[in-house]
Amino acid sequence: MALRVTSKIASVSGLVGSWTLSGFAYIGDLATLAGQSAHITLVGPFQGRRLRPQRAIHQAMAVGVEAIPIVSLITFFVGLIMALQSAYELRRLGAMQLVAGTVAISILRELGPLLTAIVVIGRSGSAFAAEIGTKKVTEEVDALRTMAFDPVAFLVAPKFLAMLVMLPCLTVWADFMGIVGGCVFGVTGADFTISSYFQATRDSILARDIYTGLIKSALFALVITAVGCKEGFSTGAGAEEVGRSTTAAVVTSIALVIVVDLVFTSLFYFINPT
Amino acid sequence: MTDGVGEAAISVVNLRVSYGEREIIHGITFDVRKGETVVILGGSGSGKSTLLRTLVGLERPTSGEVWIQGVNTAEISEREMDEIRKKMGMSFQGSALFGSMTVGENVALPLREHTSLEDSTIEIMVRIKLGQVGLSNFEDYMPSELSGGMKKRAAVARALAMDPEILFFDEPSAGLDPIIAAGLDELILNLKKAYAITIVVVTHELASAFLIADRMVYVDRGHIVALGTKEEFQASTHPRVRQFLDRVPEPEVIEELDYLQMLTGDRKTMKG
Repeated sequence: MALRVTSKIASVSGLVGSWTLSGFAYIGDLATLAGQSAHITLVGPFQGRRLRPQRAIHQAMAVGVEAIPIVSLITFFVGLIMALQSAYELRRLGAMQLVAGTVAISILRELGPLLTAIVVIGRSGSAFAAEIGTKKVTEEVDALRTMAFDPVAFLVAPKFLAMLVMLPCLTVWADFMGIVGGCVFGVTGADFTISSYFQATRDSILARDIYTGLIKSALFALVITAVGCKEGFSTGAGAEEVGRSTTAAVVTSIALVIVVDLVFTSLFYFINPT
Repeated sequence: MTDGVGEAAISVVNLRVSYGEREIIHGITFDVRKGETVVILGGSGSGKSTLLRTLVGLERPTSGEVWIQGVNTAEISEREMDEIRKKMGMSFQGSALFGSMTVGENVALPLREHTSLEDSTIEIMVRIKLGQVGLSNFEDYMPSELSGGMKKRAAVARALAMDPEILFFDEPSAGLDPIIAAGLDELILNLKKAYAITIVVVTHELASAFLIADRMVYVDRGHIVALGTKEEFQASTHPRVRQFLDRVPEPEVIEELDYLQMLTGDRKTMKG
């Protein structure tokens, strides 16, 4: 009995070791995909390889433009909710004029980039995994390779490019919609006019609040694309495998986005603690 | 270069391929001469598809050599392999047409990406290729709108797009009714006559194999057990080949013994 317990404990350390190793291997795979795509997009054209911008534009439409309605709706409501929630506390302090600043800072620094990333994971991260996974199952990825195409150049690089451009753009729009949501409360529930609300917002934010949010959203774009494509490529044979990799893409992306968010938020906090 | 590679389009020397720990192909050696049609026969799970995937560079050999047009593809980079792939065409079992593109765009894709031809020239070439496989006027259809046989034909047209010197077929008649399958056999025969192209076909369809093959290779559990012309093949006395040709099912008991033998046999080859 005792022996079994010790052997179990010993196997725990082995398990932790193998999880750690596979975790690093996973991150390594993500970095490889991103690196190859960067090489194809930035170095490729100078080596006489043609870039096909229309594929990236097509992706950008699907990833960015078509996400505008749902991103707008969600961030508008969250802006409104944030205003209500902060007003609940600020009212007791008699500091209702701070609602605009509170909403703006929490949206710009955190909620805008994060909510946009989560919506894009649901819409596009899953779609990347499903698309590449299906192509894997139907041998289309193999067909690309036998036709002397690099599947990464063909399928992954345009997605990285589209996401890196569109996610920060969507985030800017989400930030704006969140502030509009806050403004609706400011005008109806506090003593703001539309122009005074936006004036108060402008006075309470710094450029730093905007660009740290945008840096984060660019990093989220990298994570979402890399995970979606990696899960797609690791799809095995069969239709249910596509479902599995789609689920894995969504779950892993959300977890990694939160981790990246934490790391960079603390980095921004410690680098410039004003 | 090794001797005799000059006349051979493909020369496989002592090829071994593994998926992880499991070795699928245990040292295969054979040649495909320029302009001939070789059919790789074998039962399910015999390793014939893995062999084909290795020939087109989708799997890396664990050891051995695969000489294609004087280059050992086992030792070159993906980049260099791509140059060889441009001279090869592959028709997949499930056709593997790109579902988001029309049939015409599928055929045009390699031309658009690998050549600097004008769009109007590409359009004409697409029509020629589709005409050759009997799919004239189908360029604007989506792959999902085609029947199984038509998809395979479209896939052949795409494989032909770059005027390949070697054409590979993975199970051309799988999942097709006998009439459509016969049509595909005839298509392969026509291509052979028209272009003197080197063709490698993987199949388990005997009738189609005997119709199109110049020579046949029989792969059984990762080994070549018979290699020769149709006549030599018909006359083969090898028990596994006879079993395959005469369509004799595996007796239950022997199957279990074979299974055991396969398990232990694997071990031996892995050690050796």
